[in-house]
Amino acid sequence: MKSIVTILSILLTISLMSCGSKEEKKKEGFSYEQKSKPESTVQAPTKTVLASQRVDLTNKGIGPITSIELNTEVSQEMALQGEGIYKKMCTACHRPTKKFIGPAPINILERRTPEWVMNMILNPEEMLQKDPLAKELLAEFNGAPMANQNLTQEEARAVLEYFRTLK
Amino acid sequence: MKQIFKISTVFLMIALAFASCNNGKSSKSNSALSSNVAEKVYVAPGEYDEFYAFISGGYSGNLTVYGLPSGRMFKEIPVFSQFPTNGYGYSEETIPMLNTSHGFIPWGDAHHPDISQTNGELDGRFIFMNENNTPRIAKIDLTTFETTEIIEVPNSAGNHSSSFVTENTEYVVAGTRFSVPIPQRDMPINEYKGNFQGALSFIAVEPEHGGMEIKFQVLMPGFNYDLSHPGRGKSHGWFFFTTYNTEEANSLLEVNASQNDKDFIAAVNWKKIEDYVNNGGGTMMPAEYAHNVYDETTHKATSTIIKEVRVINPSEVPGAVYFLPTPKSPHGCDVDPTGEYIVGNGKLSANLTVHSFTKMLAAIEGKKFDGEAYGIPILKFEDVLAGSVEQPGLGPLHTEFDDKGNAYTTFFISSEVVKWKLGTWEVIDRKPTYYSVGHLTIPGGNSRKPQGKYMFAMNKITKDRYLPTGPEMEHSAQLYDITGDKMELLLDFPTHGEPHYAAAMRADIIKERSKKIYSLAENKHEYAAKSDADTKVVRQGNDVHIYMTTIRSHFAPDNIEGIKIGDKVYFHVTNLEQDFDVPHGFAVLGQNNSELLIMPGQTKTSVWEPTKVGVWPFYCTDFCSALHQEMQGYVRVSAKDSNVPLKWSLGDDF
Repeated sequence: MKSIVTILSILLTISLMSCGSKEEKKKEGFSYEQKSKPESTVQAPTKTVLASQRVDLTNKGIGPITSIELNTEVSQEMALQGEGIYKKMCTACHRPTKKFIGPAPINILERRTPEWVMNMILNPEEMLQKDPLAKELLAEFNGAPMANQNLTQEEARAVLEYFRTLK
Repeated sequence: MKQIFKISTVFLMIALAFASCNNGKSSKSNSALSSNVAEKVYVAPGEYDEFYAFISGGYSGNLTVYGLPSGRMFKEIPVFSQFPTNGYGYSEETIPMLNTSHGFIPWGDAHHPDISQTNGELDGRFIFMNENNTPRIAKIDLTTFETTEIIEVPNSAGNHSSSFVTENTEYVVAGTRFSVPIPQRDMPINEYKGNFQGALSFIAVEPEHGGMEIKFQVLMPGFNYDLSHPGRGKSHGWFFFTTYNTEEANSLLEVNASQNDKDFIAAVNWKKIEDYVNNGGGTMMPAEYAHNVYDETTHKATSTIIKEVRVINPSEVPGAVYFLPTPKSPHGCDVDPTGEYIVGNGKLSANLTVHSFTKMLAAIEGKKFDGEAYGIPILKFEDVLAGSVEQPGLGPLHTEFDDKGNAYTTFFISSEVVKWKLGTWEVIDRKPTYYSVGHLTIPGGNSRKPQGKYMFAMNKITKDRYLPTGPEMEHSAQLYDITGDKMELLLDFPTHGEPHYAAAMRADIIKERSKKIYSLAENKHEYAAKSDADTKVVRQGNDVHIYMTTIRSHFAPDNIEGIKIGDKVYFHVTNLEQDFDVPHGFAVLGQNNSELLIMPGQTKTSVWEPTKVGVWPFYCTDFCSALHQEMQGYVRVSAKDSNVPLKWSLGDDF
């Protein structure tokens, strides 16, 4: 009888404890008003620049693209082809000039190497697991993973060219 | 009390002594043996099985996919039955697959899967399967494991001696178990004899895409045509069918169809009939049957009712059909890999009868007939007999072959598989099955080149193999190693529904042909939304078409207003993903049919006729990403006479 009482009280303590920790968690991480607050407040707790704003022109990412040369002049033909692919395969999550499910590609080459961009398109699973920037981006965009849309290297290259035309 | 204690202590000691003694003896051999057996069926995590088996689900109407030697079940492929798991037979696109001349039929009785062949070897392109009850033949594409075509078989009833393919998949053949009036008409049942007929249907398979078309039907005497197999190698061009009820009884067949000492195996020279047909032979007769085809680019099935079929009377083509007397209501009709031996598994016979193709040709040549039945010559039993396996067991049903000249026959009544040698007819081994075995399968067994290694028996009765919670249990199957002289029982595994036969083959051939996604670019569905720019809601009277997209992890649009009671709402959902194994689901509260499971690049449609005013949620049913729980939306349903405008959105973006 005594032992039953002991067991029961232990169980009770455990369940109470777990109850408590849940509540604490809620207070810690969640705020229902978050959405209506201005952007700066959301950013306030993090001191560093958000991954999407950070400039890193050395990281080439992980994937099939190791080195790529961009012509100084944008190929309009290739960009047009890229725009078509982008509209079909990417717009479900990316708007050209504003943040949507994922980040906006406008001015991306001022922040990323072309290799990194193409590797993110062609090899998102590994990038999200191993590339530090990609990992941070995943967290910044609420854990929405970049989908692998199975583009060919040529298609991804055309999409990159299209990104260069965004203003 | 004390005494009891004493006694029981003594007993315990004795028992312990015995037990340890036993253990000492058997634990060595037993554990060595069982670990050896365990290794034979062990497929390490992440590894693939060497063979894939496609096991019919019988009254489930579907086909299940298993791995060998692990016995793991990988998939249930819906074929003849509605399948709410993915919306097959419920979605607008797949409802036509289950259309027949008797209207929409939500269920079927699936029997004998058979894999397509090239040069007598399994090529892994398609698998065909018959529906017994409302006669149909289905084709399943092995690149996707999806049912892509179903053709109804007119003039047939109890489509059982089906669906076996010739060695270059020229034909998939479907014979009728029940004979019926042809054409169907209102007549007294007891006038069966001499008036009913049995149709053997030869369905041509188009070589490139596998499209099926009934080339001709042979209208045979009113027997029951039980099972069949194609000739191969030297006997390619012939097809063999077992018959029973040659008595032509129409009632109490249990007794009345077991009177004749011998029934027949019908040998049909289909090449000869094909020539006759190609030269304009045969008669087109009125008929009504459905031909349903699923198109992988429109993602939609269409059903066409065909109004005539070509029929042949055997007497029109002399020398095309012969009867081989075979003892006692033969069931399985199996042809060995060389094409020389035709095994008639006489289910009420003590012996197993094996006919010789060479002797059959000689007997035909010598015109040594033993009379005729309805104008079809009957060959003499002794002239065509190659040999018989003497008293191998009770109730033989089916025979398969390995690549070493051995045959394996199931015995239903004595619950065993018996291995015997072709040519010498000696019994080499016998192993029990648990219990009452029906069919058995050897990978590649029905071809010129059996792939050997394993055999599995599909049992009809389970009993003590699993917990006795019932009364109905999944049937048990047993896997045997057949590489040695003696068969070795390796594994028990449960099957789904009631398996009638299975086809199995090397997994690597299937793997290299696999299709991982549907190309979004090639999606030609008329209601596809191939990007968010295409999403919209269109009202046409009371029909409302929602062009919707899904991608991890949202629907577009996800807020829809302006739906009214009385509307018929079509959710046309396109999965924009182009990545392997990322389906999305769709369900809306109060959906009267089933959910949809939409593969990458595919469009599927669910019809919803809301009956209640309110704001109803829809969501993704397939856990697709970390944000799956966020993948939801709302549809606002207003009263019939309301003037809420049609509106749709996703975030603030629309």
